Amino acid sequence: MSKHPTIAEHLEASGVSRRSFVQLCGVLLATAPVGLSLTKDKSVSQIAQAIGKTKRPSVIWLHFQDCTGCTETLLRTSAPDVAHLILDVISLDYHETLMAASGAQAEAALQSAITANAGQYVLVVEGSIPTRDNGVYMELASKPALQVVTEVASKAAAVIAMGSCASWGGVGSADPNPTGAVGVDSIVTGKPIVNLPGCPPNPYNLLALVLEYVTMGKLPELDEFRRPKFAYERVIHENCPRRAHFDAGRFATSFGDEGHRKGWCLYKLGCKGPVTHAACSTRHFNEIPGVWPIGCGIPCAGCTEKGVLWRMGTFETVPIHLATPPDTYPPIYTAAGGVKVGAAALVGAIAGAVGGATWVASQRFESSREAGVERITTDRAYAEKLKSTSEPQVGKSSDEREN
Amino acid sequence: MAITRRALISNVAKVGVPAALAVTVGTDALHAETESVPIPSIAVGLLYDASICIGCKACVAACAEANDTAPDIRGDGLHQAPSDLNDVTRNIIKLYKPDDGSPSSFVKRQCMQCLDPACAAGCPFQALHKDPETGIVTWTENKCIGCRYCTITCPYHIPRFQWQGYNPRVTKCELCSQRLEKGLQPGCTSVCPTGAVIFGPRTVLLAEAKQRIKNNPGRYYQERVYGEYDNGGTQALYLSRVPFAKLGLPELGPESVPARTLRWQRRLYQYFALPAVLYVGLVQVIRKSLAGHEQEAHQREKETGLRAQL
Repeated sequence: MSKHPTIAEHLEASGVSRRSFVQLCGVLLATAPVGLSLTKDKSVSQIAQAIGKTKRPSVIWLHFQDCTGCTETLLRTSAPDVAHLILDVISLDYHETLMAASGAQAEAALQSAITANAGQYVLVVEGSIPTRDNGVYMELASKPALQVVTEVASKAAAVIAMGSCASWGGVGSADPNPTGAVGVDSIVTGKPIVNLPGCPPNPYNLLALVLEYVTMGKLPELDEFRRPKFAYERVIHENCPRRAHFDAGRFATSFGDEGHRKGWCLYKLGCKGPVTHAACSTRHFNEIPGVWPIGCGIPCAGCTEKGVLWRMGTFETVPIHLATPPDTYPPIYTAAGGVKVGAAALVGAIAGAVGGATWVASQRFESSREAGVERITTDRAYAEKLKSTSEPQVGKSSDEREN
Repeated sequence: MAITRRALISNVAKVGVPAALAVTVGTDALHAETESVPIPSIAVGLLYDASICIGCKACVAACAEANDTAPDIRGDGLHQAPSDLNDVTRNIIKLYKPDDGSPSSFVKRQCMQCLDPACAAGCPFQALHKDPETGIVTWTENKCIGCRYCTITCPYHIPRFQWQGYNPRVTKCELCSQRLEKGLQPGCTSVCPTGAVIFGPRTVLLAEAKQRIKNNPGRYYQERVYGEYDNGGTQALYLSRVPFAKLGLPELGPESVPARTLRWQRRLYQYFALPAVLYVGLVQVIRKSLAGHEQEAHQREKETGLRAQL
C-alpha cells in the first residue's frame, strides 16, 4: 500500500464494506444538501465515486485548552462504523487522544507527519490557545501552545478550528479569561481557516468540510465568522421542531411544568435558538433522532455564537430578529381605544380652564370698558376744572362744581 | 346721492366678482356632474379570493420584507402580530369568525387602489397621487404636510399615519411599485402558496374572477366581484363566500366617495349662488354694525369732546 492511497483503496484494504461507505456518503448528502460542490451530485453513488477516487487527506489534530469533547463526540457516534469510517476516510497522522504513542515518540510522530506532508496536511485544532504571559499557561513538549500552533499551522494547507474553543475561545475565554484564551484565527494568519464552532460541533460538519476540501480542492463558502454556510447559514429557530408552539404562543415557563412536559417552545426558559446559527435542528447528534438539546427539552445554549454562550445568562431571553407572523389572527374590526377616566378628567380640566379664563377676561374687559368711560368722564371734569381755574372763582364752591 | 369714485369701485367689486366666479365655477360644476371615473390605461391590481386563502400569512411576512419595513412586534415582542394595518403594516390577514358557527373566512386587507381614490381627493397637496398609467396610488414624502386627511377620507381606512417620530410618514400599500419596476410581482402575490391573491392587469383579473363565479355556481357571495363597481371601482378585487361587509368591505354603492361629496360640494358652489348670498348677508351685517359703531363714536365725541380712539 502506498503512503497515500485513495480512499476507496484504503477502505477496501481495511475491510470496510462498500455498503457502509455508501451509507456514510448518504449521511453526508443529508448533512450538507446544499452549499458544497461535493454534494451537488444528485446521487449517493456519484458522491461515493468522487470521494473514492480521492487520496486520503493527511490530518494533524492538535489539542490545546479543551475538554476533548469534540473528539469524544466524533468517537461516540452511535453506529460503530461511522467513527471508523471517518477515521479511515481521513489519514489521521497525529491525534493525542487516539494515538498509542506518548512522550518523545508522540513528538517524533508529529514532526514526521509535518515533514512528510508539508504544505498538504489539514490542521485541526481543538481547544483555545492561551496568550497571556507569553502563553505560559499551556505547554506541549516544553513549548508554549502559542508556538506549537504557529509552527504546525505554518506548513498546513488549511486550518480547521474544531469546536467553540478553537473558533473563538469558548469556555476558556469566559470572564475573567485568566489565560487570555483566544481562537485559532486570532493567532494564525495567511492560511485558509474554517471555524466549526459548537460545543461540541456535529462531526459530520468536519467530515463534509474535509472531504469537500480534498475532493474539490477548495473550501466551502464561509460566513463572516468563517463558518461554512452549509451548516451555519440558518438559525436553529428556523428549523426547530418546536417552532409551531412558538408561533402559537405556547411556551414552557418552568422545567417540568405542563408546557415543558407537552414539548412546548423553550424560548421563555432562555432558549437561544433564535440567534444561534447551526444545523442542530436538522442534523441531530449520534445518528439518533431527537438527540440534541432542544430535542431533549433543554433550551439551546447558543454554543456556536461568540456573543451568546458564556456571555449571556442561561435563562436570559434573546431578541427575535425578523419576527414572523404568529398563527393567531386579528379580528375584522379591532376595538377602538375607549376613553379613560384620567384622560377625560384632563381634557375636562383644560376645557374648564379655557372657558373660565374666557369668562374672567370678558368680565375684566367689561369693567375696563366702564373704567374707560369713567376716565373719559373724569377727563372731562378735569378739563372743565382747568377751564374754571383759569377764570376767577366767583361764589362757587368746589363741591358744587364736582357735582 | 352723488356717485363717488370709491362707491363705484366698491359696487363693481360687490357685484362683478361673484358674477365672474359664478360663470366660471358654475359651468365647470355642470360639466363635472356628467364626468365618469376614468380607468387608467394599464391598470394593475390584485384579485383576492377569500375562499381559497388558508391564512398562512406568508403575504404578511413577504410584504414587510419587500417594503423593507421592520416586522411589527409591538404586540408581544416575539411575533409580527399587528392587530390592524398600521404605520409599518401595509398588508394584513384578518379572520372573520362568527360566534354562531356559521362559515368563517380570512380576509386580506391592503389598499384597494380605487379608480377614484378618496385619499388623493382629500389630500390638499397631492402627496397621494394616482398614477395615470398603472393606477397605483402612491404617497410622496416631500409633499405631505401630515394633515392626515387621507386617513379620514378613505372609506376603507387604509392609509395609516405614523404617530411616533419627528418626521411621520403615511403608510399604505403601493403595490410594490419598486418591485414592479424590476419586473417582479408584488411581495404578497409572489409568495401566496394557494393563489388566493394574484397580480395582473385589472381587466384580466376581472375576467378571471367572473370565470371563477361562472365555474362555481353558488360558491361566491351574491355571485359578484367586489370592486368591479363598488366605490366607483377598485383595482383590488375580492371574491368571498361570506358577505363582504362581514370582512370589513363596506357596501358603498357604485358612486365613489369623492364623486358623492363632489356632487354636493359643487351644488353648493353652483353659479356661485350660495357664496354670493352669504357675501351679501355678511356685507349687510358689517355695514349695520359699522353704522352703529360710528353713531356711537359720534355720540361719545359729542358727550366728552374727545375723539373716540377705536
